[in-house]
Amino acid sequence: MLNFLGKRLLQLIPTLFFVSVIIFSLQQLLPGDPATIMAGEDRDPEVIAQIRHQYRLDQPIPVQYVYWVKGVFSGDLGESMRIHVPVLDLIAQKLPVTIQLAAMAFIIALVIGVGAGVLSAVKKGTAWDYAANAFALWGISTPNFWLGIMLIFFFSVKLGWLPAAGYVPLSEDWRASLASTIMPAFVLGNSIAAVLMRHTRSAMLQVLESDYVRTARAKGLTERMVIVKHAMRNALTPVITLGALELGTLLSGAVLTEQIFTIPGFGKLIVDAVFNRDYAVVQGVVLVTATIYIALNLLADIAYILVNPRLRG
Amino acid sequence: MKTLRLTLAAALLALTCGAAAAQSTLRIGLAEDPDVLDPSLARTYVGRIVFAAFCDKLFDIDAKLNVVPQLALSHETSADGKTVTIKLRPGVKFQDGEPFNAEAAKFSLERHLTVAGSFRKPELAAIDHIDVVDPLTIKIALKSPFSPLIAALTDRAGMMVSPKAAKAEGDKFGLHPVCAGPYKFVERVQQDRIVFEKFQDYWDKANVHIDRVVFLPIVDATVRLANLKSGGLDLIERVLATDIKDVRADKNLKLATALELGYQGIDINVGKGDAAKGPLGQSAKVRQALELAIDRTALNQVVFNGEFVPGNQWVSPENPYYQKAFPVPKRDVAKAKALLKEAGVTAPFDIDFMVPKGAETQAVAEVVQAMAAEVGINMKIRVTEFATSLKQAEQGNYQAFMLAWSGRTDPDGNTYIFFKTGAPQNYMGYKSPEVDKLLDEARVPSDFAARKAIYEKVTKLALEDVPKIYLYHRRILIAHTAKLEGYTQMPDGLVRVVGLKLK
Repeated sequence: MLNFLGKRLLQLIPTLFFVSVIIFSLQQLLPGDPATIMAGEDRDPEVIAQIRHQYRLDQPIPVQYVYWVKGVFSGDLGESMRIHVPVLDLIAQKLPVTIQLAAMAFIIALVIGVGAGVLSAVKKGTAWDYAANAFALWGISTPNFWLGIMLIFFFSVKLGWLPAAGYVPLSEDWRASLASTIMPAFVLGNSIAAVLMRHTRSAMLQVLESDYVRTARAKGLTERMVIVKHAMRNALTPVITLGALELGTLLSGAVLTEQIFTIPGFGKLIVDAVFNRDYAVVQGVVLVTATIYIALNLLADIAYILVNPRLRG
Repeated sequence: MKTLRLTLAAALLALTCGAAAAQSTLRIGLAEDPDVLDPSLARTYVGRIVFAAFCDKLFDIDAKLNVVPQLALSHETSADGKTVTIKLRPGVKFQDGEPFNAEAAKFSLERHLTVAGSFRKPELAAIDHIDVVDPLTIKIALKSPFSPLIAALTDRAGMMVSPKAAKAEGDKFGLHPVCAGPYKFVERVQQDRIVFEKFQDYWDKANVHIDRVVFLPIVDATVRLANLKSGGLDLIERVLATDIKDVRADKNLKLATALELGYQGIDINVGKGDAAKGPLGQSAKVRQALELAIDRTALNQVVFNGEFVPGNQWVSPENPYYQKAFPVPKRDVAKAKALLKEAGVTAPFDIDFMVPKGAETQAVAEVVQAMAAEVGINMKIRVTEFATSLKQAEQGNYQAFMLAWSGRTDPDGNTYIFFKTGAPQNYMGYKSPEVDKLLDEARVPSDFAARKAIYEKVTKLALEDVPKIYLYHRRILIAHTAKLEGYTQMPDGLVRVVGLKLK
């Protein structure tokens, strides 16, 4: 086990190095000169030259890379060229917002997706089943931005129940915080709910036809007991794996959703940074995101080993 | 079903009621997140809107573009044009309690000139040094006469910062800015909100009626408008021209407009690299033909429902510097064709037309394309991301380029950097010794009539050579709740908060 962990941690080093090189070089391919954009509409040549010098844009790319990596190792991800705030501070400010949004979206996805999946499997061939399937199809095929604008239109403009944009931190006012995130979380959770629903349904159908469920029924257990205690538990294992995978989708989906609802999270941070050619911010955010992904993967691997002893070799 | 709906409504109401505010707050929706809030280091248009709430300037402008006093009371230029004496307003305090006086004004101007990365340096480049005459008078000595200076002092270059705070914060001043404006900085959450509260010792505090001002960046124009309608915002900037009808139809909303200081136009490559070597770049007659092919009134009707104003100069027909001797030409296909013939060009021929990405610019480009095709000029539209298009324009990698300018109060700001040989924004590669000379001359007198006479000559030359085709001037579109009283829009697009009341 320790041996395995050690190996995996060693593998992290080349992976992160590779990621950092890719981030750095891909960004250089972005057309347009950051100094020209920073210089505003006036684009004064003297100002442009000064910005290039200040942010070492006048030096060869490998030199810029070395400076950046040096900074990363000393815990300094650089400073935003646009707003002059350390990138690390920005990330610390934005990450909790997106985590809250993703967590709420995931809960919504689980409740709706698993609920509808179980229902349609148990009531196979009935109107319930068809309705759940139609819902899943709708969820998968509805674009996030459209659903977002429709929700704003109904709940904010027409009914005036929810704020149309903005974000209130949980620590400040939990009710206002939930009100400001419920619509984006629903939009984000909706498409995942659809995927979860379809997988839950097929897994449930399979399990419901298996021998041990028949045995359980033969024992005289109530249908409710059979479904909740015996069938669902087994059917949900692959669904949870899928759910973990979909967490990645949540992070990327947040990019668009945050833009529509003006949620100041990670997604909005990176979109704005790309458009403003704020290199330091793009690099920092992508590096942190990549690290989160890798860490999640590592955790998943460890969890598999704990569950399945055959993998411990 | 009914109970379900009621329960849902109750739950949502319970969620939202915590957000109600006790004080009067003006919530302003911005189209972008502003950059750093340091008047020396700031560069964005949207940032200027925020500055207007907390950072007063030496001078301001009125609706007719006259320079009016703000932190300064008057200005006087010496006969040789090389010294400007400015009298300051007495009894003004910065938001940290420090007094505003000649020393502070000298400090602020020198900071604009010297702080690393200052964007104000080019605007104030004519300044040689600044002297304190008495506690409320400064004297600015210029390297050479430069009449646009006062106009520069109506914008960020004229913003005064607290010397104490600026010295203490250094290059981090923008994170906790301290100025002498009506509201003082409270907090900023990047991409989320910037909060200000009333400054109790403001010099004009009798006219400040709202307790707090909060700026909220909301990029999508549709969402911004939805927020205004739902009451989540009180005022929004950059309403889409296509949403004007919608705003006017809503009795809870009001629209405030002013004609922009800038213009929308097409740069023509007349002298930059190989792309300039085609018939369009080489012959003024071909360029005149292209201009005559365009029906500006129809363009305005088709793309903007007639809400904007057709134009043919670097200032709009409403601007005092507009030259009435050269009115907007009418479309004339026959004359355009004749000009092409005179130039010895066989139509049809192709033009590489670079157009920055964006729904509005692309729509305009398509209309121009259709009109030009009728005289035999094939404008081949090449949609390019904005930052990339600038790079290509700099390299001369285009024949025609749709480019806008937000405009400056002084006509120098709309001409010099575009037409002067080798100037930074002279993407056209335009070279005219005569125009160069006139542009320099126009910087000397401070008398309006004298300057307008010089610009008349520049206009004549520029309209004959046609290195740029001016198309139209946008209206600055601000929508606000009917509860907001006293709002008027100035042509610089800024949102002035002094004098506003929320019912």
